Amino acid sequence: MKALVAVKRVVDYNVKVRVKTDGSDVNIGNVKMSMNPFDEIAVEEAVRLKEAGKVTEIVAVSLGEKKCEDTLRTALAMGADRAVHVETDAVLEPLAVAKLLKAVAKKEQPQLLLLGKQAIDDDANQTAQMLAALLNTPQGTFASKVELEGGEVLVTREIDGGLETVALKLPAVISADLRLNEPRFVKLPNLMQAKKKPLEKLSPEGLGVNIEARLNAQRYAEPKQRQAGEKVANVAELVEKLRAVKAI
Amino acid sequence: MTVLVIAEHNNQALNPATLHAVSAAAKLGDVHVLVAGENAQSVAEQAAKVVGVGKVLLAEAPHYAEGLAEELAPLVVSLASDYRHIGATATAFGKNLMPRVAALLDCSQISDLTEIIDDKTFVRPIYAGNAFVTVSSDEPKLALTFRAAAFEAASAEDNHAVIENVSTMPAQNLSRFVSRELTQSDRPELTQARVIVSGGRALGSAEQFNALLTPLADALGAAIGASRAAVDAEYAPNDYQVGQTGKVVAPELYIAVGLSGAIQHIAGMQDSKVVVAINKDPDAPIFNVADFALVGDLFSIVPELTAALKN
Repeated sequence: MKALVAVKRVVDYNVKVRVKTDGSDVNIGNVKMSMNPFDEIAVEEAVRLKEAGKVTEIVAVSLGEKKCEDTLRTALAMGADRAVHVETDAVLEPLAVAKLLKAVAKKEQPQLLLLGKQAIDDDANQTAQMLAALLNTPQGTFASKVELEGGEVLVTREIDGGLETVALKLPAVISADLRLNEPRFVKLPNLMQAKKKPLEKLSPEGLGVNIEARLNAQRYAEPKQRQAGEKVANVAELVEKLRAVKAI
Repeated sequence: MTVLVIAEHNNQALNPATLHAVSAAAKLGDVHVLVAGENAQSVAEQAAKVVGVGKVLLAEAPHYAEGLAEELAPLVVSLASDYRHIGATATAFGKNLMPRVAALLDCSQISDLTEIIDDKTFVRPIYAGNAFVTVSSDEPKLALTFRAAAFEAASAEDNHAVIENVSTMPAQNLSRFVSRELTQSDRPELTQARVIVSGGRALGSAEQFNALLTPLADALGAAIGASRAAVDAEYAPNDYQVGQTGKVVAPELYIAVGLSGAIQHIAGMQDSKVVVAINKDPDAPIFNVADFALVGDLFSIVPELTAALKN
């Protein structure tokens, strides 16, 4: 079966993002960009399913500016077979992303659609659920285990009190949690090979999807800064201070 | 304007997380609560007692028993015409369900919002809480998930809302519930706890994690949390994780033991009232957000602290 994996290019997780002084945006000029960590896990899972003989072809999809090609090349180097880039400089909200992915899925007809559970920039945690809704397929969100079995996919999900397992009819949308797997490192020869793999270019217009922004980001602000407090010398002093502020 | 809040429950008890969504939604207008489940009458009765709730809608069917988003979303959509805002607390349940509802209604969702400016303007964290964005939308409908730690729990004891049975929708049968494995614990629930004791990688092993933190948490009546490193090393179960991708907490007292304080962890606890950090590395980033910093060996400090608290 065919698997489709959606990957997003985001500010690297180690970068501490700052808000511009005029509050108009966050400052992400010249910072390191990487594949969203949750999407790396989604790609890894697709590759493992292919290595296990369950998946025959992996199509990686990314949406956005030209440089998303780099992210797609990384996915190809990890083991995806080909890539689709829906190129646009527009700001894409999760609903628009879900609509674009739906349009790509209609062309590709995958049985398995793998995404990260959230992007570490907008922290929305919406796209997979929206895509499943638009395709009228089941969803296995926050997955920490995925097993293909008899025309169904068994997904173990991370929920607040522990874990739960659901069985989904195919085609199905799955969103990866951190615990699903440990993504492999990309080796140089694989990166070289990835340059030869096919990368198809599409546009939102070509797919007939309206991506007009619905939300207006009015301003950005730094979080309230916590100040470093005081050093205490020992446990007795700590207990005394906590009693003084009525924390215990 | 009336807001529809989707209740989280296990067919017997209303999850306290829902109380936060009710108090948040009450800032937008009259609150109706949807209880969808199987034999969930008692949950509806509990919801009817919550202050701020104007009406409880009860939908009972076997296919609502396990809270599957595939089944609940069409039900919510069938009720949506009466509401401009539809929301839930940003728990695993709310995060799973609400975007599916939003997409079916072709509306945007504002996730994990921390502040309500007016009925179309909200504040939410981005970049692991390193920035907050104020977003507005003129859409006729909006899906919302509320960050529990940012809104007080509504009182669950002082109201008499009417309970109305609503029509159910046919089963979708796209997905099937198989099993659930819940972490057994007598401790307070992490997101509701007044005190949290949280451990990191420096605890060294699952045995030491439990041996050191359990007595301390017992002495304080605290919940136990963990950093991602501690969870990945299997010192603690996944659902103990505090941070950007785990739970966001804001207790009165947060005691961070042997965890460095990565951006992603700070994102989940920076609104705690008092933060105590115990770490042997004086340069650990956790000390930048700690009210009280104790530099030293946690293996001697934690037992000493536990003993001091017992006296």
